[in-house]
Amino acid sequence: MRGADYVIRRTGAALLTVFVAVTLNFVLFRAVPGSAVTALRCFHCTKQFKAALEQELGLNQSMWQQYTIYLGSLAEGDLGTSFTDHRSVWQNLKEPIMNTLPMLVIATVISVVMGVAAGVVSAWRRGTRIDRLNTWAALSFYAMPTQWIGLMVVFYIALRFGFPVAGIRDPTLGILEEPSTWTVIADRLRHLALPALTLGIGLYGEYALIVRSSMLETLGEDYVLTARAKGLKNFNIVWRHGLRNAMLPLVTLIALSFGYILAGAIVIEEVFSYPGIGLAVINAIDQRDYPVLQGAFLLLTFAVIFFNFVADLLYFKLDPRVTA
Amino acid sequence: MTIEALPPAGPGGGLPGTDPAPVAASAPRGVLRQLVLGDRQAAFGALVLLLFVTLALAAPLISPYSPRGKVGPVYAPPSSEHFLGLDDGGIDMLTLLIWGARVSLLVGFAASLMAMLIGGTVGILSGYLGGRTDTVLMRITDYFLVIPDVPLMIVAAAIWGQSLLNIVIIIAVIYWTSTARLIRAQVKSVREQVYVKRARALGAGNVRLIVKHVLPQVTPLLVANTVLTVATAIFAETYIAFLGLGDPSQISWGKLIQNSLTGGAIFSDAWWAIVPPGVCVTLVILACTMVGQSMEDALNPRLKVGHLSVHRFRLRRPPVKAGAE
Repeated sequence: MRGADYVIRRTGAALLTVFVAVTLNFVLFRAVPGSAVTALRCFHCTKQFKAALEQELGLNQSMWQQYTIYLGSLAEGDLGTSFTDHRSVWQNLKEPIMNTLPMLVIATVISVVMGVAAGVVSAWRRGTRIDRLNTWAALSFYAMPTQWIGLMVVFYIALRFGFPVAGIRDPTLGILEEPSTWTVIADRLRHLALPALTLGIGLYGEYALIVRSSMLETLGEDYVLTARAKGLKNFNIVWRHGLRNAMLPLVTLIALSFGYILAGAIVIEEVFSYPGIGLAVINAIDQRDYPVLQGAFLLLTFAVIFFNFVADLLYFKLDPRVTA
Repeated sequence: MTIEALPPAGPGGGLPGTDPAPVAASAPRGVLRQLVLGDRQAAFGALVLLLFVTLALAAPLISPYSPRGKVGPVYAPPSSEHFLGLDDGGIDMLTLLIWGARVSLLVGFAASLMAMLIGGTVGILSGYLGGRTDTVLMRITDYFLVIPDVPLMIVAAAIWGQSLLNIVIIIAVIYWTSTARLIRAQVKSVREQVYVKRARALGAGNVRLIVKHVLPQVTPLLVANTVLTVATAIFAETYIAFLGLGDPSQISWGKLIQNSLTGGAIFSDAWWAIVPPGVCVTLVILACTMVGQSMEDALNPRLKVGHLSVHRFRLRRPPVKAGAE
């Protein structure tokens, strides 16, 4: 098989990165003057409570012991126990992650559709007013802080058109009668729509710019000239010959921008009070819930490493010119 | 801007496209003229930046009211005395915006300068020394590239405390990687230039070679890259401030955006508290992107080929190319 050693090398690199991330996570939460407990500025805690906490976290042991214990429990899939509700970190984070995922997927679909449409039109009509308008719009949306886009969406769309602006579920749902599955789904979608739209708008600019440049390059290729000479319709040339080849950078970029999507999701969830992973992180910071924060950070890092890995493999699979 | 400070072009300028990227092939004065006269984008960007920098520097002189004093009712709409109305504490919005520019730009410039120092050093050492140093440094760079930046910023800000200096350091420590990669690639090609080899043969030491020959060749690109990083840093600052992890005593645009959410501007129908800070951030980021990008274009004609390519909109970190070393 082509590039088996490439896959192996990439896998090895990804695993090594995971290990470094795990270690960094350990160091980051301990590389503070004093112990993690004092660092979390638990002002109202008593001395005894702090001592008990340090005992519970194993912070009174040596660094090396702590590290091996930490690695050992991670290997068993144990991310620790939350300070606030004493459930396991995974229990705490499972539901937020499940809430965030559909939002990410819908946002990605919105941004890709918008980005491809804008980019293709721009490249097709390059140098015209449409192109300039498109490029400016893409650049501007790209430059807007995501949370601000969220606020604008709430202010100018949600309030004017009666969309819910907070939460994930209508609190009155199910009080009078058992709601049908359909109502629940519709309600969920209504709550999802605007956060996903916000994230989509924040992302589309980058995609549009990349599709545009990639299309411009592709449209300059000889085979496009050949297609034109053969008398193919413009539409066919652009969509069948141009876009198919121009999509390559976009496909990998989508996988690679996962880190950014997550970042956007965090602030958007704050704007919309959407109970996803971002809000979980923010709450963990507010409550100084250090194990949850650490667990969430680790999971987010894993996710980004994973998507980077996927992007590498995709790129390799899609572009035969890439050599191992 | 720092364009004036560009060093004279080294003797390495060949025909563009004939060899891998000798930077600063054209004379720097030509670059400057091209930037200001030839390129409307860059001129616009430079003008906007200049305007905001002036506003920020002159904040104590020109701001109409005190940035901390209540001058009227909460969320008073725009009027002839208060062009942009008042915020949730009854403070003049225009004043807050001007003072916010100070902190936002300070964080932006300080963080990107620091990122430039780290990234430039790593890039030069890595590209110049090559071998094992290169491998180790690039591995480290790779790890920094996969760490999700915003969660790391959040965690770091939450753990290390919320001073302005900490935020600057955090942003710099996260965003030096793209600079390092770019500079490394340039240094690698400069190192192989004939005149560098000749200088080495004449007995020039590493330090002299780096300072006299490599540095002048990469500095323009480094400056352009720094301007682009300013945009990233300002963007990052709005995130940190928005999540309540900024320095609580400082007014920045990110903090103003946060205030409009926490202060309930949305439900008070106070657009003047929501819209302006975001517009300011967007304008400055656009301006930085345009100036930085035009500088790169002017400095490296080769980049023009892939116009609007991935690597030159570095608001978010550039993706790691598959198979990159």
